[in-house]
Amino acid sequence: MSTTNETQPQDSALVRIEGVEKTFRRASEDVHVLARLDLVVPPGEFLALMGPSGSGKSTLLNLIGGLDRPTQGSVTVAGERIDTLSDRRLADWRARHIGFVFQLYNLMPVLTAERNVELPLLLTHLGKAERQKHVATALAMVGLSHRAKHYPRTLSGGEQQRVGIARGIVTDPTLLLCDEPTGDLDRKAGDEILNLLQALNREHGKTIIMVTHDPHASARASRTVYLNKGRLSNEPVS
Amino acid sequence: MNTLMNWLSQIGSIVKFGLLSIPQRRGAVAATVIGIAGVVVVLVGVLSIAAGFRRAMTASAAPDSAIVLRSGADTEMVSGFGRDQVRLIADAPGVARGPKGPLSSAELFVIINLPKRSTGTDANVPLRGVEPAATAVRDQLTLVSGRMFEWGRTEVIVGAGAAREFAGLEVGSQIKVGRASWPVVGIFTANGGVAESEVWTDAAVLQGAYNRGQSFQSVYTRLTSAEAFQTFKDALTTNPQLSVKVLRQSDYYAEQSETLTRLITTLGVLIASLMAIGAVFGALNTMYSAVATRTREIATLRALGFGRGAIVIALMVESLVIALLGGALGGALAYAAFNNFQAATMNWQSFSQVTFAFAVTPPLLVQGIVLASLIGLIGGLLPAIRAARQPIASALREL
Ligand SMILES: Nc1ncnc2c1ncn2[C@@H]1O[C@H](COP(=O)(O)OP(=O)(O)O)[C@@H](O)[C@H]1O
Ligand SMILES: [Mg+2]
Repeated sequence: MSTTNETQPQDSALVRIEGVEKTFRRASEDVHVLARLDLVVPPGEFLALMGPSGSGKSTLLNLIGGLDRPTQGSVTVAGERIDTLSDRRLADWRARHIGFVFQLYNLMPVLTAERNVELPLLLTHLGKAERQKHVATALAMVGLSHRAKHYPRTLSGGEQQRVGIARGIVTDPTLLLCDEPTGDLDRKAGDEILNLLQALNREHGKTIIMVTHDPHASARASRTVYLNKGRLSNEPVS
Repeated sequence: MNTLMNWLSQIGSIVKFGLLSIPQRRGAVAATVIGIAGVVVVLVGVLSIAAGFRRAMTASAAPDSAIVLRSGADTEMVSGFGRDQVRLIADAPGVARGPKGPLSSAELFVIINLPKRSTGTDANVPLRGVEPAATAVRDQLTLVSGRMFEWGRTEVIVGAGAAREFAGLEVGSQIKVGRASWPVVGIFTANGGVAESEVWTDAAVLQGAYNRGQSFQSVYTRLTSAEAFQTFKDALTTNPQLSVKVLRQSDYYAEQSETLTRLITTLGVLIASLMAIGAVFGALNTMYSAVATRTREIATLRALGFGRGAIVIALMVESLVIALLGGALGGALAYAAFNNFQAATMNWQSFSQVTFAFAVTPPLLVQGIVLASLIGLIGGLLPAIRAARQPIASALREL
């Protein structure tokens, strides 16, 4: 799998965030989570996003993945402003460009590993045979070909997360977004997931943004940024 | 093509999640299924009474048979003819002929009282006087025990429905007619039709016993064909010596059954509608909880790019499937409980009892299924819309 995409970004950034603010309205008060935030992610980067719990890491990741819209500012991915897209266009856009990996895997318990991995392909024009081929490739890449017919509950946490990663990469998305992918795993299983992400980045050129609060995980990334009090910096704030 | 297929398989896989997750919420689903089944049982059950009554009233009325009444009379009760008029009718064009002459039976009837088996109280039973062609002008009249009464004698045969409903109508027993006692010599069936509720004897004998002279109330005829009806009718209505009304037997009995069937149908639809409203709330509840327990799954699908439309349709289909389970269960229960259930009721047009069997007909089952589907679709719509409108980011935060 390689990152060949029909939309070539005009500039060198794959992700460009400018002046982004995000305010949640809770009951009567406004919660300001992100304040005039800028970020540029070049293609091929493996970026770790760190910060204390509740600092807005997931919120930022959701903005980049088109799951939410900023209150202010612009989010441009692969040359396209996504904060202004309609809900319907945004859903199509996510299907084409984004692979998500969740902390709790978010697999469908009633589907086997391979059917879970196939899900994003149902949103493409691919026929059944082609889908099956892509699923097999993705499962092979995460080393789970032998578990294809297993249901999530019969897999270990590490294996479930590998299914989650296979689902995230099966459409060969522009960008892989991981929200605390090792947050629910023990050290050994977590390391395997990090190895996998690193290999995807280094060998297949995948651009990855990974939210984590584990320094051990961020050490695997090519760059780490820190989110604190709504702002990003290149240094941890103590 | 692939796009459409993929859209369908999107919906298909969401429906599959839903259906496969039913075991986890079997309590709520079972309650909904039973609730909907109950509505269908009531609807189909009540309407089967109307359908059964209508069927009984029209069962032995073939399309090529007619009934002649005095002009202006809506029922046999208020109709009347003399011997001469009866002869003119029998000889009219369009009347089929048998070896013994025209297939035409001039008839009259009186009401006698007999005790109901179920309650022991007296009820009205028609005692009909017929002519030899009576069995030929009706469909599927069959003696099932005993023998035919002898012409000219005070003997009766009894319809199977009347024999079942009233006491003292076995072959060999006697019924009281005025001050006399007449023996029951046979039992007949009439394809479940209205004649089964009657007691029959020779018309001439009945005229004598009730001082009716030579008068009759109606003439039943078998026509040469269903198409001959118009010829027959025109001949009689244009004859200046006659002042009559000519009806197909099927129309006559359908009209007689109309008041009661309409009443029952209205009642059934009303009760079932009220129950359906309750069932809609049950379905709503089930689907709301289905959506709530799958908030994160649905949000995940939407994060992957699944559209709102696919999610709404899939949840509606899920609700529909649950409702159809209820509909099928209800239909089966109604069929088992009500089909062929024997009953008797007053026919207000003849002031006498009609025995009939409830009929759970295919159209009724279809109506039941349609009602169940409506309940499912209405009950599924709001929860489906809620699920599709949930903001993805906050739904993903839920555990
Ligand atoms: N949908 C939402 N509605 C209201 N408040 C939210 C919502 N999402 C996040 N928040 C709030 O925004 C802040 C940042 O949340 P989040 O981005 O999940 O932080 P992190 O991922 O760094 O732990 C928290 O205070 C959280 O309660
Ligand atoms: Mg978070």
